[in-house]
Amino acid sequence: MPIIVVDVMPKPEILDPQGKAVGAALPRLGFDGFSQVRQGKRFELTVDGEVTPEILDQARKAAETMLSNPVIEDVVNVAVEETA
Amino acid sequence: MSARIGVVTFPGSLDDRDAARAVRLAGGEAVSLWHADAGLRDVDAVVLPGGFSYGDYLRAGAISRFAPIMDAVVDAARGGMPVLGICNGFQVLTEVHLLPGSMIKNNHLHFVCRDQTLRVENAETAWTSDFEAGQEITIPLKNQDGQYVADEHTLDALEAEGRVVFRYVDVNPNGSRRDIAGISNERGNVVGLMPHPEHAVERGYGPDSVDAGRSGTDGLGFFTSALSALLAKA
Repeated sequence: MPIIVVDVMPKPEILDPQGKAVGAALPRLGFDGFSQVRQGKRFELTVDGEVTPEILDQARKAAETMLSNPVIEDVVNVAVEETA
Repeated sequence: MSARIGVVTFPGSLDDRDAARAVRLAGGEAVSLWHADAGLRDVDAVVLPGGFSYGDYLRAGAISRFAPIMDAVVDAARGGMPVLGICNGFQVLTEVHLLPGSMIKNNHLHFVCRDQTLRVENAETAWTSDFEAGQEITIPLKNQDGQYVADEHTLDALEAEGRVVFRYVDVNPNGSRRDIAGISNERGNVVGLMPHPEHAVERGYGPDSVDAGRSGTDGLGFFTSALSALLAKA
């Protein structure tokens, strides 16, 4: 069954406290190659049957109205993926 | 007859009973409202209480804003009904776009629980008229996602229009932009804040005050303000 993947990230200008905490913890484990971490959200919307343009449009609208808050977040990706 | 102030219970609300008690102690009639109901049971004002509605899933307040009762709350708010959002209720009010901006995780990532001093910046809203502008009050603050954010343009507009209603004094407990603890809509009938006035309404159970331990009742003014506003209108 296909899924529609929606990726949401905190806006670049908004401090991301969770990403910052993760970023500060990485070097303690020896992962010292990363200067910054930002943490977002991935949603997987399962579609029974074919992903029609209407359904994809619904996913985009859901992403903008509910899955993200435009004050603090950006929808960075809405894409169809086939699952095994 | 006293004014009827409704308190909405969402799945995961915690402070609905305390808010209802605060309404009664202020002299009003508290009316329980359920998130799945469509109507407001003829109330004269509405409180959206604190808690973790829907477990703060997705974003704090993000799912509650789609509750059936919120259509009626938004309509009533646009018509001028006093609406107060406390903590999670404030988050719901921003998610439903009655108030601008949003709350993100505290900048230090810790849950905060403390007696917090606030300055009342605007004493002309429906929920602050019993205070004096510039008055400092102390009420409890307890949250995880309390950092108020908005873009600079919105912040400038809020300041210019006198819509910053409360500011944190002494410490900024969560990194909120410009020390903002609470704001209002343009008309001043809708107010949201992170700290909890309903937990500072009765001697023996409030924050410490200069008089004695746990004797602070600064939160009572929120509810008496609304009742005065409603009586003046009647």
